[in-house]
Amino acid sequence: MVHSEGGTAPVMAAGAGRIDREDRRTVGSPLVADPRMTCRNVDVYYGEKHAVRGVSLDIAKNEVIALIGPSGCGKSTFIRCLNRMNDPIEGCRVEGKILLDGMDIYDRSVDVVPLRAQVGMVFQKPNPFPKSIWHNVAYGPKIHGLAKDRYELDGIVERSLQRAGLWEEVKDRLDQPGTALSGGQQQRLCIARALAVEPEIILMDEPCSALDPIATAHIENLIDELRANYSIVIVTHSMQQASRVSQRTAYFHLGDLIEVGRTEIVFTNPLHPLTEDYITGRFG
Amino acid sequence: MTPGWILIAILALSAVGYYMGRRRSQFVAGRGEGGAVKLHSRPTYYGALAALACGIPALLLFTVWRVSEESIITRLVVSGLPEAVRALPEGGLDLAVNDIKNLASGNIVSGEIDAGMRAAADHYLRLRSISHGALAVCSLALGIAALLLVLRLITPRLRARNAVERVVNALLIVCSSIAVFTTVGIVLSILFEAIRFFRVVPVTDFLFGLEWSPQMAIRSDQVGSSGAFGAVPVFTGTLMIAAIAMAVAIPLGLLAAIYLSEYAAPRVRAILKPSLELLAGIPTVVYGFFAALTVAPAIRNAGEALGLDVSSESALAAGLVMGVMIIPFVSSLSDDVIHAVPRSLRDGACALGSTPSETIRKVVLPAALPGIVGSILLAVSRAIGETMIVVMAAGLAANLTANPLKAVTTVTVQMVTLLVGDQEFDSPKTLAAFALGLVLFVTTLCLNVVALGVVRKYREQYE
Ligand SMILES: Nc1ncnc2c1ncn2[C@@H]1O[C@H](COP(=O)(O)OP(=O)(O)O)[C@@H](O)[C@H]1O
Ligand SMILES: [Mg+2]
Repeated sequence: MVHSEGGTAPVMAAGAGRIDREDRRTVGSPLVADPRMTCRNVDVYYGEKHAVRGVSLDIAKNEVIALIGPSGCGKSTFIRCLNRMNDPIEGCRVEGKILLDGMDIYDRSVDVVPLRAQVGMVFQKPNPFPKSIWHNVAYGPKIHGLAKDRYELDGIVERSLQRAGLWEEVKDRLDQPGTALSGGQQQRLCIARALAVEPEIILMDEPCSALDPIATAHIENLIDELRANYSIVIVTHSMQQASRVSQRTAYFHLGDLIEVGRTEIVFTNPLHPLTEDYITGRFG
Repeated sequence: MTPGWILIAILALSAVGYYMGRRRSQFVAGRGEGGAVKLHSRPTYYGALAALACGIPALLLFTVWRVSEESIITRLVVSGLPEAVRALPEGGLDLAVNDIKNLASGNIVSGEIDAGMRAAADHYLRLRSISHGALAVCSLALGIAALLLVLRLITPRLRARNAVERVVNALLIVCSSIAVFTTVGIVLSILFEAIRFFRVVPVTDFLFGLEWSPQMAIRSDQVGSSGAFGAVPVFTGTLMIAAIAMAVAIPLGLLAAIYLSEYAAPRVRAILKPSLELLAGIPTVVYGFFAALTVAPAIRNAGEALGLDVSSESALAAGLVMGVMIIPFVSSLSDDVIHAVPRSLRDGACALGSTPSETIRKVVLPAALPGIVGSILLAVSRAIGETMIVVMAAGLAANLTANPLKAVTTVTVQMVTLLVGDQEFDSPKTLAAFALGLVLFVTTLCLNVVALGVVRKYREQYE
């Protein structure tokens, strides 16, 4: 379901051969009907450096969209725009429009605190707080006042840990430090912590790159389950992972969004020569 | 040859040794059958080995000689003195010997100079020049002998590098153990004097007695002043001033650290942090002036305006100024530990929608807490050991009081007053200073050990 509106019109093409290698306009299907999140002509500058160039992309409801591309192509920068995590970075400037359920998140009247509760984030390196498991999960609900009393808070903690697939492993030791868990468990704890504030979208920036294959498989299964209730944007360096967990894949190249499409199509029959170079390992 | 020149000669000799060792190694390398042989080490190592072999024994001999020389010569001179002088009591003999030495070096002498003394002085001078000559000959001969031996030993297979590295290693160990031995020496000297004190005054009286008045009658006909060595008023005074100081330094230092590490723009931080640390560089005497001349009168005036009775030297004045002095300790160390809290934790908190102040209060500070506690403990031990400010601003009266507007005294102040002035060195009054010193040392040592342990443990957590 593709439709274009304003900004850079997506170039439609039937095969990789038809598109000039130097063409940086987005090809494929960046836009969807009834999106949860809408990005139009997003530019990000670090001082003079133009790190993300005119990206237009929609994030659909209940989908996992994978962002792939070589290092330094702006995937992290772009994903951080979606919950305004670029704000505290000195010299970082974001231009363009990003709407969440129709609301411009960069509008001056928008408060970032509830925004970040709606758009959760999981980082590359598991970063549990040096507190107990319980306090890690309860942190978000507490600062947002989501629970009336300790009893409700207990409920939220249990539900979040269950959804993150960690409950069975930690239910008897909620008072132990979150930092004492294994890497994979820590990452699931971080996911539970994000889920506890009832987000609509979860951003994951290379969530498995610090984990071993078994922990990775665990997280991938979890992402698949979470899709039922959330939209997930995941940055990954592993094309296998992108094809296992995502429905759509977006390929970034030096700040440009080159191609977006259904994952199996991007990986088997890419439209743009640059995408083809990357997925076939020809990119330097 | 004066000792200074002997020293220079030894160093020059070992420089020559370096050069010769290097030449020798290149020579033996070139001499092998079929042209050059490969040396085990680079030629400079052979040179260094020769220089060390030449210098170290000679220097050791030089040191030992110089240390023992004085007492041996003195003994020889004394044995040459007339019977009448030698029969003098200990003090008189010392005085005579001192006079002889002064005469020999041309200083002012107490009393008349007689022929016997002049002869003794000449004897002393003669012995000394013999000693110096012998030292020059012996040490240089030792150096040359060692050098020749090493030069003979140099072959391409001699492991010169390993030998040099072993020697350097040993030298480094010696250097680093000097600090340790100094500490041990200090502890032992304080300990022995304190034990002497406790033979006169029971430990329990000292630790739990409520009255401190260390003046003792020097002559038996003197009135009053029997001396009371109950140190509790001194301890409480110390604790009160330290507590006031920490009450100033902890909040101010901590808040300054939070501002510096979390809120200040890099440019502001680059200016503010060094200027805060400048506070730590102000000599404590200057703080003492400030406390005695500015803060104490201001407090007294303010107190009078409120109808309070404030003495002109008060615990409050000293404590406040000491607190200001300690701010940079707390702020600088806390800033470091807060800075060491990984960025990822802040990002995690931020991504959950925390405001900056929530991030600091609920995530960063708890994570940095052990390190902050460590820095506070270090600051406390600094406050307890501080002397100058309290000497000038807190007074000498050992009042047992909880009123910070009264004059109190501290352990360090009492140590200064006990040891300053003419006193017999074995009177309980002077010895009491060592007992106080022991308490002070043990307290600050414990605080430092705990603080460093806490800080180190915290560091490991985020490796
Ligand atoms: N904080 C920053 N300040 C300046 N430049 C940055 C910063 N973060 C990233 N960049 C630059 O922006 C570009 C995109 O970086 P990033 O989004 O981290 O790439 P990716 O996640 O795809 O590897 C890189 O060239 C990087 O050097
Ligand atoms: Mg990245």
